[in-house]
Amino acid sequence: MKTWVYIDHFKGEVQPSSWEALGLGKTFDSVTALVFGSGVETLVKAAFEYGADEVIVVDHPELGDYRAEPYASTLSALASSHTPDLILLPTTARTRELSAMAAVDLNSGVLTDVTAVEVNGDQIVFTRPIYEGKVLEKTICTARPIFVALRARSFPKPPRQEGRSGPVIRAEAKVDAQSIIAGYSTTEASVNLGDASVIVSGGRGVSNNPALGLDEKATAQKGFELIGELAAVLGGAVGASRAAVDAGYISYAHQVGQTGKVVSPDLYIACGISGAIQHLVGMRNSKLIVAINKDPEAPIFQQAHYGVVGDLFQIVPALIAAFKKRLGK
Amino acid sequence: MKIIACIKQVPDSEAKVKVENGQITWGESPLVINPFDEYAVEGALQQKEAHSGTVTALCIGPESAKEALKYALAMGADDAILISDPALEDIDSIGAARVLTAAIQKIGGVDMVMFGRQTLDNGTGLTPAQTARFLGWPMLGWVGRITVEDGRVTVERVLEEGRQIVKAKLPAVLSIVQSIGEPRYPSFMGIRRASKATIPVWTLADLGLSAPTAAVKRVEIMNPPVRETVCQIITGDTPEAIAEALVEKILAEKVL
Repeated sequence: MKTWVYIDHFKGEVQPSSWEALGLGKTFDSVTALVFGSGVETLVKAAFEYGADEVIVVDHPELGDYRAEPYASTLSALASSHTPDLILLPTTARTRELSAMAAVDLNSGVLTDVTAVEVNGDQIVFTRPIYEGKVLEKTICTARPIFVALRARSFPKPPRQEGRSGPVIRAEAKVDAQSIIAGYSTTEASVNLGDASVIVSGGRGVSNNPALGLDEKATAQKGFELIGELAAVLGGAVGASRAAVDAGYISYAHQVGQTGKVVSPDLYIACGISGAIQHLVGMRNSKLIVAINKDPEAPIFQQAHYGVVGDLFQIVPALIAAFKKRLGK
Repeated sequence: MKIIACIKQVPDSEAKVKVENGQITWGESPLVINPFDEYAVEGALQQKEAHSGTVTALCIGPESAKEALKYALAMGADDAILISDPALEDIDSIGAARVLTAAIQKIGGVDMVMFGRQTLDNGTGLTPAQTARFLGWPMLGWVGRITVEDGRVTVERVLEEGRQIVKAKLPAVLSIVQSIGEPRYPSFMGIRRASKATIPVWTLADLGLSAPTAAVKRVEIMNPPVRETVCQIITGDTPEAIAEALVEKILAEKVL
C-alpha cells in the first residue's frame, strides 16, 4: 500500500498531528512525506527524523503562505502521476480544504476526523465520529487515493530520531492562487487546542467575583488571567465555553464545544463552566476531566472524574501554587 | 449582489442521537437548520443590507427540509429552493458539492455562495471547498468578517493561528464562522412570510444530472463505548488543602 503523509504547517510551524500521521503510515508500509512551502528545508529534515522514508518537496515562493488552490493543485498533480493509495493528513482547517479540493480533482474521497484505521487485505475501514461524537461510523472509500484526515491525538506520535535522513524528490508547484493574503492581524495570539495535552477552560463563572469590585468584563479578564497562569504552569492551552465567548470575555479561537473545537487532551480542567451539552460534546473524550464550580448541581460534574465545589477565584490560585510546588517550578 | 446561503437540516444539538436497531435515531427531538448555517444566512443578510440584492437559501434534503428553508426565509432570505431526489439519500460530500454546483449554475449570476463551516451530522466540512472547486471560484474558509468593494471581497479568516486578511475576486465561495455575529432571530413578519412561501423543489433531472455514485460509503454505525464516570468530589478545610489533595489525585493519574 503506497502511503503518503502530508505535513501540515503554518509558516514553518508543523501541526504536531502531522507526525502522528507519519507514525500511523509507518505501521502500513514505507512512507513518503510531502512538504510544501517556501524555504522548508528544516521541515524536510524533521520529516525524516520522525520516520519518513522519502520526502517529496515542493519549494516555491508562491507557496510561502498557505492558500487552498495552489496547494490542492500541486497535491493532485503529484498524486495523479505517482498514484498513492492513501494520503494521510492531520485534520485542520487547512487540510479540510486542501483534501476536499484535491479529491475533486482526482474524483476520490476524503474521511475527516478519523480516529481508527483497520486494514484487512485490500479493504481499509475508517472509524470517525458523527453527530458530534454521539455516534461512530465505519466507512470505506472505493476510489483511490483515499484522503484520510486524522483527528489530533488519536494515534501515537513517533519518537524523533536525530540525524535520520533519506532521499529527497523535488517537484514542481502549480501556482494558480485565486486569492491574495493581505496580512495577519496580530491582536490575537495563536491558540492550538486540538494538539494540546492539557487544556484549562473558563466559562461564565470567570466573571463572578463581586469581591474584586470590578465590572463584569474586567472581572472576567482577571478570571482568564488565573486560568492562563494555571495553563502555563501545566504547559497547556486556554479554552473557553461558548457562554464566555458570547459574553466577549475571550476570543472565539478558544471556544471548546459544538460550534468551536472538539478536543481530547490528557487533562481538561473546567473552571466556572456549568456543562451545557454544547460544551460537553467538545470535551467529553478528554482522558481526565476536573471540574471546579460553585454549583454542586452543575451538569459538568456528571462528566468529571474529580470535582471541586467552590469558587474558582480561590481554588485556581491555590492550584497554581500547589502545582508549582509539586512540579518544581 | 446575488447571494446564496447553502443550508442543511440536522437533528437539534440537544438531541440524544443514538443507534437503535441499526438505525440512527434522535427520538422526539426536532430537526433544525444546522446551527453553523445560521451564520451563513446571517453573513448573507448582512451583505444584502450593505449592498442591496437578494439572498437565496439552498438546501439538499427530503421534503421535510423545507422547514429549515422556512427558518432562513423567516430570518430574512428572499427565496428558497429545495433540491430533493430519492437518488440523493446516500451521497458523499463530493456528490453534494456536484449537485449544489449545478443548482448555483442554474440560478446564474451569483456573486457569493456562503456555507456554515460544517454540519452537525456528518461534520466533514468538505462541501464548501468542493463546491468552490467545481465552480472554479476562490474558496475563502472560516470567515468572520466580509467587505465587498468593486467586485472584490476582503475577508478576515478566523484561524487557529490568528486572523488572516484575504482578498479575492467575486464570485467566490465562503464558509462563515461565529465571529460574523449572532444570527438574527426570525421576525414576526418574517415568520408570516415564510409560512406562506411556496418553495420550489428541484430534482436531479431539473439540474440535468444523473444519480451520483458515492466513493465514500458507510458500512457500520455504532454507539460509542459508554464511559462510566463517577465524580469524586475533593473537599478540604481551605482552598490550599483542597488544591493539594486535587494535585495529588491528578499526579497519581499520570496524565501530566
